[in-house]
Amino acid sequence: MTREPDFTLSELMITAAAEAFRGDGEILVTGIGPLPRVATGLAKLTFEPGLMMTDGEAFLTEDPVPLGAKPEDVPGFSGWMPYHRVFSTLWSGRRHAMVTPVQIDRWAQGNISCLGDFARPKVQMLGVRGFPGNSISHKNSMLIPSHSKRVFVEGEVDVVSSLGFSDARWPEGMRRPEIEIGRIVTDLCVMDFNGPDHAAQVISLHPGVTLEQVQGATGFPLLRAADMGETPAPAAADLEIIRRLDPLDMRARAVKGNPPGVRQAA
Amino acid sequence: MDKRTDLPDAIASLQDGMTIGIGGWGPRRKPMALIREILRSDLKDLHLVCYGGPEVGMLCAAGKVSKLTYGFVSLDKIPLEPWYRKARENGTVSVNELDEGLLLLGLRAAAERVPFAPTRVGLGSSVPEINSYMKTVASPYDPNDILLAMPAIPLDVSLIHVARADRMGNTRSEGPDPFFDDLFAGAAERVIVSAEEVVDRLDQSDAEDAKKSLFHRGLVDKVVAAPLGAHPTTSHGHYGWDMEHLKLYGATAGDTAAWAEYNDRYVAGGEAAYVNALGGAEAILKLPIPVF
Repeated sequence: MTREPDFTLSELMITAAAEAFRGDGEILVTGIGPLPRVATGLAKLTFEPGLMMTDGEAFLTEDPVPLGAKPEDVPGFSGWMPYHRVFSTLWSGRRHAMVTPVQIDRWAQGNISCLGDFARPKVQMLGVRGFPGNSISHKNSMLIPSHSKRVFVEGEVDVVSSLGFSDARWPEGMRRPEIEIGRIVTDLCVMDFNGPDHAAQVISLHPGVTLEQVQGATGFPLLRAADMGETPAPAAADLEIIRRLDPLDMRARAVKGNPPGVRQAA
Repeated sequence: MDKRTDLPDAIASLQDGMTIGIGGWGPRRKPMALIREILRSDLKDLHLVCYGGPEVGMLCAAGKVSKLTYGFVSLDKIPLEPWYRKARENGTVSVNELDEGLLLLGLRAAAERVPFAPTRVGLGSSVPEINSYMKTVASPYDPNDILLAMPAIPLDVSLIHVARADRMGNTRSEGPDPFFDDLFAGAAERVIVSAEEVVDRLDQSDAEDAKKSLFHRGLVDKVVAAPLGAHPTTSHGHYGWDMEHLKLYGATAGDTAAWAEYNDRYVAGGEAAYVNALGGAEAILKLPIPVF
């Protein structure tokens, strides 16, 4: 007998995203957006207690602040992390961020700046923000709520905001820093760029998803990791923490249609 | 020594074509009363340097901006500033789009009076292409260490909003994060401060209060009393951002008639009329400071 699925896709994605931070130890983690933020809290409360995180503004907290918290629910602070310390921390490499680029290419480069020609953009987006400095300094993981060829583009991203493994833009003769890309968690699968020559590979498929389906939604070739399996379901204890860190169920709106974690066979 | 003046006099000291630094961060601690006074003036062809919020969009809407240097332009809950977006997509302003940290480094270099700051930030990305003036430099200690030479960003003037100021130009800033107001002050030839409250003397403060000073009075040229002068952005210690008002303003984006209507209703009549149009000071002071 199999149990009825009792977790949503967003909860599965949070659990998979938390794994990105395993082994990180005592560094600053920043999850940008509701699912990455809950994922950092889940990692800290389950297997990486050393992680440092903020209240979303300028203070460090040991108890992750729930999404949508009221002022009276904010726990005490363990330290101060205003932006000038965020920059000195991230430039030293002691940080891991999870971000959501609008475009990602086969070299793991990300774009949040604009679409089209930079001089006269078709669509202005956020600008490069902190992506160039983050990606040359510390590890970055990504969370993509809607896996498609519009995100995972065929060619190069329109504006290289975060770095990957392309050789195109480095000054000649420069000793290059190591670029670290962590996990890419999408609504279909978990990927990384740890294939041969940093090729993209699928390391697990979400329940009910096929590799062909993922490839069909990706603009560049994907490899199947040697030990590719199914993305593990959240444990009951994980779900309890997720619900505590997101009491208003903002995660339900983070993935279109809020589907169940186990998709029905087509 | 008395640096106190009013909004019209402070803004009359600015000139067309100036490079103007603006303190604060997105929709936080923006000197909006000073910005509205610029909107009421004939100033034009301005180059704004900032971690941008609504001041960027409003000045673009009014056609007063020729160039923008920014780490971002955002209203936080409205991630992309609506009039800034229009200005970019219509190609009406030229831009230096910087990594957020590169802006910090450029301001710091200007404040320290050195020509550039060496950094790895930006290398390998599109930043040096979209800012084609940027050059690299090899370390004199190891030629394989190639760094971006982020040029200093000297400012003609900076506009900074604080909680309190005195006639000598001493200031106190509230809030969890000083952001980079100290660098905007240091990088500028002179600083115009707007304050929720201006008092005769802050020089009898206790040590904890004195630590709320982010830059010394020697940098400050003019002090303007501007109660509620950060609205619709957050003024820590006083009121939170007014997201409903930011939405109302944002809805004018791209529509010159709608912007003109906004300008007539909220800007043209001066600060007292602005506060009245918003339902009075009490309504503004009730806006909660958001939690994240």
